[in-house]
Amino acid sequence: MDAIFAQATASGRAGVSIIRLSGPQSHDIASKFCNIPVIGKAVLRSVRDRGGKLIDRGLVLCFDQGASFTGEKTVEFHLHGGLATVSKLLSELSECHGCRLARPGEFTRRALDNGNLDLNQVEALSDLIDAETEAQRKQAIMVLDGHFSELGKVWKKNLLRAVALLEASIDFSDDEIPTDLHLEVRSIVEGAESSIASVLDRSVIASKIRQGFTVAIVGAPNVGKSTLLNSIAGKDVAITSATAGTTRDVIEVRINLNGLAVTFMDTAGIRDTDDDIEKLGISMSYKRSEVADIKVFLVNDDQDELVATKGKSDLIVLNKADIREVPGLAVSGKTGEGVSNLLNLISNKLLKETPTDVVAIRERQVAGLAAANTFLAKAKELLHQEPLPYELASQELYFACTQLDFVFGRIDIESVLDEIFSSFCLGK
Amino acid sequence: MKHFDVVVVGGGHAGCEAIHAACRYGLSAALVTLDVSKTGAMSCNPAIGGLGKGHLVREIDALDGIMGKAADVSGIQFRLLNRSKGPAVQGPRTQSDRKLYLQAIQQILAQEKFTQVEGEVSELLSKEGRVDGVMLSDGSKLYSRTVILTAGTFMRGIIHIGDKRVSSGRMGENAADKLSQQMEVLGAKFGRLKTGTPPRLNGDTINWKILETQPADDEPVMLSFLSNSPSVRQVTCGITHTNKNTHEIIQENLNKSAMYGGHIEGVGPRYCPSIEDKIIRFPDKESHQIFLEPEGLSTNNIYPNGISTSLPEEYQKQYVRSILGLENVEILQPGYAIEYDFMNPKGLSEDLETELLDGLFLAGQINGTTGYEEAAAQGLVAAIGVAKKIQGVTGVQFDRSSSYIGVMIDDLTTRGASEPYRMFTSRAEFRLKLRADNADQRLTEQGWASGCVSALRYKAFSKKMESLSNCKRVLSEMSVSPNQARKVGIGLGLDGRRRNGHELLAIPGVSIKHLSDLEPLFSEAPIATKGQAAREAVYVTYIQRQDRDIEALSKDLGVEIPPSFNYSLVSGLSTEMISKLSTARPRSLGAAKNIEGITPAALTAVLLRLKSVQLKQPV
Repeated sequence: MDAIFAQATASGRAGVSIIRLSGPQSHDIASKFCNIPVIGKAVLRSVRDRGGKLIDRGLVLCFDQGASFTGEKTVEFHLHGGLATVSKLLSELSECHGCRLARPGEFTRRALDNGNLDLNQVEALSDLIDAETEAQRKQAIMVLDGHFSELGKVWKKNLLRAVALLEASIDFSDDEIPTDLHLEVRSIVEGAESSIASVLDRSVIASKIRQGFTVAIVGAPNVGKSTLLNSIAGKDVAITSATAGTTRDVIEVRINLNGLAVTFMDTAGIRDTDDDIEKLGISMSYKRSEVADIKVFLVNDDQDELVATKGKSDLIVLNKADIREVPGLAVSGKTGEGVSNLLNLISNKLLKETPTDVVAIRERQVAGLAAANTFLAKAKELLHQEPLPYELASQELYFACTQLDFVFGRIDIESVLDEIFSSFCLGK
Repeated sequence: MKHFDVVVVGGGHAGCEAIHAACRYGLSAALVTLDVSKTGAMSCNPAIGGLGKGHLVREIDALDGIMGKAADVSGIQFRLLNRSKGPAVQGPRTQSDRKLYLQAIQQILAQEKFTQVEGEVSELLSKEGRVDGVMLSDGSKLYSRTVILTAGTFMRGIIHIGDKRVSSGRMGENAADKLSQQMEVLGAKFGRLKTGTPPRLNGDTINWKILETQPADDEPVMLSFLSNSPSVRQVTCGITHTNKNTHEIIQENLNKSAMYGGHIEGVGPRYCPSIEDKIIRFPDKESHQIFLEPEGLSTNNIYPNGISTSLPEEYQKQYVRSILGLENVEILQPGYAIEYDFMNPKGLSEDLETELLDGLFLAGQINGTTGYEEAAAQGLVAAIGVAKKIQGVTGVQFDRSSSYIGVMIDDLTTRGASEPYRMFTSRAEFRLKLRADNADQRLTEQGWASGCVSALRYKAFSKKMESLSNCKRVLSEMSVSPNQARKVGIGLGLDGRRRNGHELLAIPGVSIKHLSDLEPLFSEAPIATKGQAAREAVYVTYIQRQDRDIEALSKDLGVEIPPSFNYSLVSGLSTEMISKLSTARPRSLGAAKNIEGITPAALTAVLLRLKSVQLKQPV
């Protein structure tokens, strides 16, 4: 297997840049460029090209097989972060036999292949690297730390037991098998189903945390929606003017709101109009604000007819707080009065929904879990039938397990047999 | 000098099935056994069939094998296991009269033309890496193009009773040691397995009056598709249980048992534990069930199923006599454990041919299996392999989605055996399709095309299929409203949907009687045909879904395999397959499928792995 190398830090000028070299021969290859230190010790070394000329002086760190990110022998060169310095060592490495530039994702791929990470952790790692907000980071680290996979192991272990109990009732019906095993099977299936369902519930929010929540600012034309958005963004993003109907499209601002990624949408003012372009804008407003997690109704007074469409999580905000005294929640986009109050209110509402427990962070995982649960539901139904169709209930559980296999890795018939034989005294 | 197409070594269940199949193909064949009078003997418990095993017998029978027929002729207690469960998990089984079974096998074999030789094979003859026959211990030689070795437990077999050890293959017979040594020189890697038997009891000394009994089924279900009813009188079995006292006796003398005294290194089957194993592994269980099975109609021998042991004789007597009904029992032959060589079957071809020598086939316990049925099925597979090799005939496709034999062959050749391998219905992932009742529908046509099915059976099969297809047409053409259905007692909601006969039969609780009341044409069909149509209807929706899975797999055949794909990381692939795939580097799953010896299960494993690594990854 080739050794692979790549710059591990971002490219460009920097104080330090790290070049990572991984593969069974990585230590030998690195020895061509410096006197490599003992494993696990970072030591300052002169890194020289193969002609013996100094490239740079920096820390060199060697990892043993099984003790690195990839699981292979690895060497890290911590060089000064100049473009030329880095590219000199990269080009020297590429000249070495059995050594090539890593393809995108190849280090992680090797970590996966060597069992250092499982698939879910690989995805979490990707999320962690992309995380911009605290909630995204927390969610990713929870999966990377193995919590999701642990949960998967528990489900699979329990379902394996359920399958084993059904199979024991089938294949060893002539032995002294208890006749009430289906009761335990039922309770396992019900437990797994509800546990998966609660993860799925939380995961709806998880994708929001990953992709961001949306808050739509809705209101009549010229009520001050764009001014409010600008105030939230802290810069002029929406075109604002005193002429009604200036915003003909949906304008979005994405901000980090107390650790949550939130997109605020300024929508075209809602009113009757003959202007075709504005009509289009209004219809888009409706559509976009429909899917928003929170709608902020910006109104002149609470008699506004829009208020009637307020949903449970929506907010009514009175405008132009700078020029009048009003009771209740009020803002002024112009002076910023009440804006931070509004933002706190929104972030509290969203944080309340933020899961503190493990979630499925990817569509692949959600789809697998959802499919597994349909099979579990069917199995549950069969387990209540009289006479009990053992072979069909078992089949449904196998279908469910196969779905979980795609999320967590596979269950094997030998493990089912292991469970059967460790649970019952079988055989004549 | 006579040159045979095939020499079958061993006259157990694998050997008998192999020699008979070879004759059906018209191959010139010889059978070498240590004792001609014991050909076809049941050396362990006197029963054929069961769950998974009954399925195997039906499949052997569907290919015109002999085990089912012999079992039916000698059957003294037919029972359909799991009768109250669905048809996919029902397994026909019978107790057989040991003597009648052996007679039946020998009579069936006597009708075929082959050379029978009594003797011990001491050496395999070879020429340029190919099998050339066998040499017997008296120095005589039999030349042949192929050899099917079915050595059973005779390869370095050692019998243990307490600390007594005897080199033997079966009580009272010699072990074949030289053969093991020669095969090791050829490169064979042997492991050790063990199995055990209970003491045999004198039925006249059992107090039957106080014991529970288990009768034969009122409506016996036969093992062979060609049999109609039992040939001999049906008997009942007795049931008794071990007790605290029994367990204490065994516990106290455990160190005298061969198995726990450190005399045995072989691995035993978990599903056929000795009474010592049961007591050690499940100390909380206060009692274990024992079936007292008559060994025949003309003998008083009783096989106490459930208490196999390797304790010294005196302690066997002690613990057996502590059991209800056996207080004064006489032991006719002590129980014993037997240890023997097996060659890990991982890496055998799908025809069970070894890589040691071209033309050398292995079948039965030597491949790490246990059970008459498993052995017989392998004997058949090996004989078909020989016919393919010598006659160039099309074989029978045994794969996981179409037969239990396919499941077993795939398991053995790709996973190997780490304990004696026994069939279970749970091993078959396509269990709902692979039923005992449709084994002929799955295999007989192929067997006929290949040449191992006689005209007589094929005619009977064709007749059955014609009747079934007529009956199924009648069912398809039915159109029953919920109202009509309710009139004959089918509890159906008034959803206004008209249903055909298949759909009605798929509803839980709907019986043949209901359908007969609704449709006179159905009612006129033969009982067997109606039953078969009903069994097929039960799983229709599930089988359709499974077929879609199989089809999905064939769609996946277009999936590309990256050149860097690491096969050694695929769980469930044998070393042989890893090396085959790593060398061939197929570009797609489809290309991988065409590599010899690559199984559907292996493809699924590769596909799962491919799917799991196909994703966007960070650097």
